Amino acid sequence: MKLITAIIRESQLDQVREALMHADISRITVSRVSGHGQQVREEIYRGRIIIPNLTPKIKMEIAVNDDYVDTTVNTIIEAAKTNGGTVGDGKIFITKLEECIRIRTEERGGSAV
Amino acid sequence: MKKGLLLMSVFMLSASPVLLGNDGVEIDSGATAWMLTSTALVLLMVPGLAMFYGGLVRTKNVLGTMMHSFTAMGIMSVLWVICGYAMCFGPNVLGGWFGWNSEYVLLSGIDTTIMSGGVPEYVFTMFQGKFAIITPALIAGAFAERIQFKGYCIFIALWGLLVYNPLCHWVWAEDGFLFNLGSNGAIDFAGGTVVHISAGVSGLVAALYLGARRGYPSDDMSPSNLVMTMIGAGLLWVGWFGFNAGSSITSGLSTAQALTVTQIAAAAGALSWIVIEGIHQGKATALGFVSGILAGLVAITPAAGVVQPGGALVLGIAASLVCYYAIILKNRMGYDDSLDAFGIHGVGGIVGAILLTFFIRKSWMEEAAAAAGGSWSVMQQLWVQVVAVLIAIGYAAIMTLILLWILDKVMTLRPTPQNEMKGLDNVYHGERGYGMLNPN
Repeated sequence: MKLITAIIRESQLDQVREALMHADISRITVSRVSGHGQQVREEIYRGRIIIPNLTPKIKMEIAVNDDYVDTTVNTIIEAAKTNGGTVGDGKIFITKLEECIRIRTEERGGSAV
Repeated sequence: MKKGLLLMSVFMLSASPVLLGNDGVEIDSGATAWMLTSTALVLLMVPGLAMFYGGLVRTKNVLGTMMHSFTAMGIMSVLWVICGYAMCFGPNVLGGWFGWNSEYVLLSGIDTTIMSGGVPEYVFTMFQGKFAIITPALIAGAFAERIQFKGYCIFIALWGLLVYNPLCHWVWAEDGFLFNLGSNGAIDFAGGTVVHISAGVSGLVAALYLGARRGYPSDDMSPSNLVMTMIGAGLLWVGWFGFNAGSSITSGLSTAQALTVTQIAAAAGALSWIVIEGIHQGKATALGFVSGILAGLVAITPAAGVVQPGGALVLGIAASLVCYYAIILKNRMGYDDSLDAFGIHGVGGIVGAILLTFFIRKSWMEEAAAAAGGSWSVMQQLWVQVVAVLIAIGYAAIMTLILLWILDKVMTLRPTPQNEMKGLDNVYHGERGYGMLNPN
């Protein structure tokens, strides 16, 4: 089991979510986060260019069985890229997942994912 | 609303006492004060509508949707001063299609005019101008979340010129043909046909023409902020007193009558909506209550000058009942009138304009009978009302379709699917409405 954590652009959320649904990966957790990366984001506020300290991003967390890692990752990459790849498109982290428990049935492991 | 009752005084020639026009029409400070208040109240409905609609869309579209109402305040006000007032309240031109009076261009001819009701014409034109703002803003609810900002701006400008102004002229100018239909005119006190039916029907046509939002109806598109919707509905209710009671263009008995029935219909509508909903779905929702307020207010709008409290109660209940089932029918049919501009304003306006016939106060019918030279029956007036409603529906639908078709050829009206996914706020305004709220 792996936990895939993807940090993506806010504007790509629907695209990624729909692509994942299309690839039959429907169990996801989404939250709004903000942080620093390579991206320098310029915004215009009252006619003045400003560079906000923290850039808002979307964090997606998806727990999957090992067989699904590649599909998930590829789907995210494809849907989250803008204009063939621009600074700020985001990152994906994959971590080992020790255990997973479904609260309702108390099943553990792969079948609970 | 009837300008025919309020002939203007002639141009002021010499320095005269502050309160007098040169033909001696004195300013009625009571009436003027109420009309000034009403003007401000009707304007308050526009930010109210922005909040009402803004709360109902998804977080990524909230500013874009609120801007639909706010830009209407800019565009329609400017157009109103340049030519809107001349088109609505000038004498018939082009066979009565609309009016024209070159003295009204840039309001240049009314600098010192006081109307016979004792109200300066500036106040009348500003009051009327607010109606021209809110009507196109109402349409925006039908195609919320899926229209380009520039396309929307051009659409409402043209719609105001070619749909609102002619309709307003027909119904409210003293030589408009609906104003003179039947013996005592088609009854539209404060804008059932001109504002609500025309906006609702145009919204329906636009929603059908533009197609459903991406992902409708399978995706969840629940409201971003119902609290804001509730505040907006509250502002609309308050503002509606200016809308209806102000439409008497005076401060007197007819004002009081309109104000009273407005309150009754809104309350009856709200209450019956949650009762129907409670029976049908088991829960009384906040959105249901405010929808009922609007349904009741819309239905009483054409009727506020002629019905009595009992009739207002029935109109409010009937409006909620019909609108509730109209929205259920919409969901069955599957077209995407996003915020139910047609379901509430179109349907509610039609219910009010037709049903009011059965609750007209006696004195009005006697007046109509006298004007007809003997008798005037409810059925005869019903026919007049039906004709006026059908004309408003037909004209608004056809003109809107033509406008959309032309605009869609010249520029695309719908955002690209990518932009629709990103949301109007980001794509057209470069801003965000909410901070770190839910990512919907």
